[in-house]
Amino acid sequence: MSDTTEIAAPEIGSDALLAPRGGAWRERAHLLVLALGPVIGAVLLSGLVLLALGVNPVAYYGYVVERGLLNPYGLQATLTRMGPLLLIAAGLIVAFRAGIWNLGGDGQFLLSAVIVAALGPLLAPYLPVWLVLVIGLVVGAMVGAAWSVLPALLKAYQGVNEIITTLMMTFLGVSLANVLVKLFFRDPATTVPQTRTLIVADRLPRLFDTTISSGLIIGLVAIIVVHLVMTRTAFGLKLRIVGANPRAAIHAGLSVPALTVATFAISAALAGLAGAVEIMGVQGNVRADWNPAYSLTVVPLVFLARFNGFASIAFVFLFSVLSIGGESAARRTGVPNFFTLVVVAILLVMLGITEYLDQRRRAAGK
Amino acid sequence: MTALFTDAFLTSLVLGALTAGLPLMLAGLGEQISEKAGVLNIGIEGMMLFGAYLGFLVAYDTGSIWLGFLGGGIGGMLVAAPMALFCIRLGLSQIVIGIALTLGAEGLTALLHHFQFAQSYPRLPAVETLAIPGLSHIPVLGPALFDRPPIVYLAMLAVAVTAYVFRYTQAGLALQAAGDKPAALDAAGVDVGRVRTLAVLTTGFLAGVGGAFMSQVGAGIFVPFMTNGAGFIGIVLAMQARGRPLFVLAGALLFGACLSATTALQVAGVSIPTDVIQMLPFAAVLAVLVLFGRRASLPLALGTHYVRGAR
Repeated sequence: MSDTTEIAAPEIGSDALLAPRGGAWRERAHLLVLALGPVIGAVLLSGLVLLALGVNPVAYYGYVVERGLLNPYGLQATLTRMGPLLLIAAGLIVAFRAGIWNLGGDGQFLLSAVIVAALGPLLAPYLPVWLVLVIGLVVGAMVGAAWSVLPALLKAYQGVNEIITTLMMTFLGVSLANVLVKLFFRDPATTVPQTRTLIVADRLPRLFDTTISSGLIIGLVAIIVVHLVMTRTAFGLKLRIVGANPRAAIHAGLSVPALTVATFAISAALAGLAGAVEIMGVQGNVRADWNPAYSLTVVPLVFLARFNGFASIAFVFLFSVLSIGGESAARRTGVPNFFTLVVVAILLVMLGITEYLDQRRRAAGK
Repeated sequence: MTALFTDAFLTSLVLGALTAGLPLMLAGLGEQISEKAGVLNIGIEGMMLFGAYLGFLVAYDTGSIWLGFLGGGIGGMLVAAPMALFCIRLGLSQIVIGIALTLGAEGLTALLHHFQFAQSYPRLPAVETLAIPGLSHIPVLGPALFDRPPIVYLAMLAVAVTAYVFRYTQAGLALQAAGDKPAALDAAGVDVGRVRTLAVLTTGFLAGVGGAFMSQVGAGIFVPFMTNGAGFIGIVLAMQARGRPLFVLAGALLFGACLSATTALQVAGVSIPTDVIQMLPFAAVLAVLVLFGRRASLPLALGTHYVRGAR
C-alpha cells in the first residue's frame, strides 16, 4: 500500500544531485541557462499579463527594481526579507531532497510566529535580551516541528500521502493562529486584535548601521549548513537515498520511517525558525488574519535552484526584490500584490517547459 | 440544550451541510475521475477558484444563473487545459504544475476582481429554488433538501451518472485502465493520453461548477481566495472514497455539516468565533485520515507519466 503513495517524489534535480560534483564549465553554463531561462520567460509573460490589465510593464518592473534593489532603504528591506525566506528554503531543500513534499510550511511558520510573538513580550522584562531571543528561536523551531508530527507519523507508519496532510495542517494552523491571537494572546491595549508588541530594542540586532535584520545571517548560515549536510555528510546521503528510491533505502538497511520523521522535523523546524525570525526581526507582533504565505511561493524558487543551497540564495534574493518592490509598486501603480502570485505561477510553468525542452534536446543528442 | 434542536436549527444545519457540501462533492467527484485515470490533480483548488470567479462574472453580466454555471464549468476547464497539456502531453510533474495552477488562479482571479470591481463586492440576487411536489413538505428535511436550486438536483444526478459510468460502461473501464495499467489500455488500442485528457477536462468542468456554486448560490458574491481549501478537501474525499462516487457524496455532506455549523449555531443563538468553526472541516479531514488513512486506495499508475514502450 505504501508503494502507491510514493508517487510524488520530486523529480526535478534528481539527476543533478546524483551527478558528480564539479564538472566542466560547459555543464555549469548549461545549468545557468536552465535556471535563467524560466526567469526571463516569466518576466516576459507576466509583462503581457500587465499589458492586458492596462498597466505599462516597463514602468511597473522599473519601479519594482528601483524600490526593491536600487533604493538603499528598499535594498535593506529586501535583504531583511531574505532571512525568513532562506530559512523556509532550507527546510524545503531538506524535505525535497529526501523525497518528501512538506507543503505545510505556512502553517508551521504562522503558528511559530504567533507563539513567539506571545512569548517575547512576556519574557522581555525579566530576562536579558539575548536570552529572550535564543528562547524565541528555539521555541519557534519546536512549534514548527510539532506542527509536522501528525503528517510525519501518518506518512512514516501509515503511508498516507503527505501532500494532503501537510496542506490540511496548514489550513488548520492558519485558523488556529487566528484563534490564538483573537482569544488568548490579544493585546488588551489595542482595538485591533493583535499580540503585544516586542519593542525594537528587544528584537534581533540590526547589522552595522543599516536597517538589515540579523535574521539574514541566520538564514544564510542555515541554508549553507543544510546544503553542506545534504551534500557532504552520511546523514545527508541517507536522506537522499530515501528520496531517490525508498525501496533501495530499505534494502540498504536504513530505517525509512525514522528518517522520514527526522526529515519532517528538520524541515518544519526551519519553517518555524523562519516564523520566529520574522517576528523578532521584522514584525514585532502578529495581527489577526496576517498570513504572508511565504512557503508555497518559495517552493518554485527551490525547484529553480535544483535543491542547491547556493543557487537558492540567488533566487531568494531575486524574489525578495520582486516582493519588496512589488509592495511599493502596489501603492504607486495600483497593481495589487497578488501579481507576485501570478509571476510565481508562470515561473513554475516556465521551469517545467525548460526542463521538458532540455530533456528533448538531450534525447536528440544521444 | 433542548432549545438548540428546534426545527429551524435542524433545517438550517441540513441546508447548510448541503450548500457547503455540494461544492466539495463536485470537487471530490471530479478529482475521483482524474485519479481513476491516473492523474493526481493538485490544481483542482485553482480550477474551483477560477470557476467561482468566471461563474460569478457571467451570472453578474448576463443575469442568468445557468449561463453562470456554464461559465464556471468553462472557467474550470480553462485551468484544466494547461494541466492536461503540461502533465499529460509533456509529462511534467503533476504536483509542480498543480501548485502552479492553484497559485496562478489565486493571483489572477484576485487581480482581475480588483481591476473590475475595485474594492466593491456586488451581490447576485438570491437563486430561485425548485420545490419538488410532495417531498418538499416533509418536516425539517423537506425545505432543506427538496426546495433547492435545480443545480443541486443536477449535481446529485451527476453522482449517479458517474457511478454508472464507472461501473457499467466501456468509458469507465478505460478510465480505470488508464490509472491502473496504462500499457494494457494502450495495447487494447485506446489512446491513454486522450482518456486522461478527457478525464482532467471533466474534472475541470465539475470543479468549476462547484466553484460557481460557491460564489453564485453559497455566497452570492465573489471574494478573492474564497474556495479556501475546498479543492484540497475534495482530494481527500476522492482518496477516502476509494473510487466510489456515493462515498464522495456522503463524505462531502459530513464535511459540509462541519463547515455550516457556524450558521446553524448562530440561528440557535450560540456565538463562536468563525475561526474556530473554520478549523472543523480540516480537523475532521485529519481525523478521517488518522482513522482510515491506511485504507485509502489509489490507482497504481497515479502520478506517473505514460510513455508508450517505456519500462
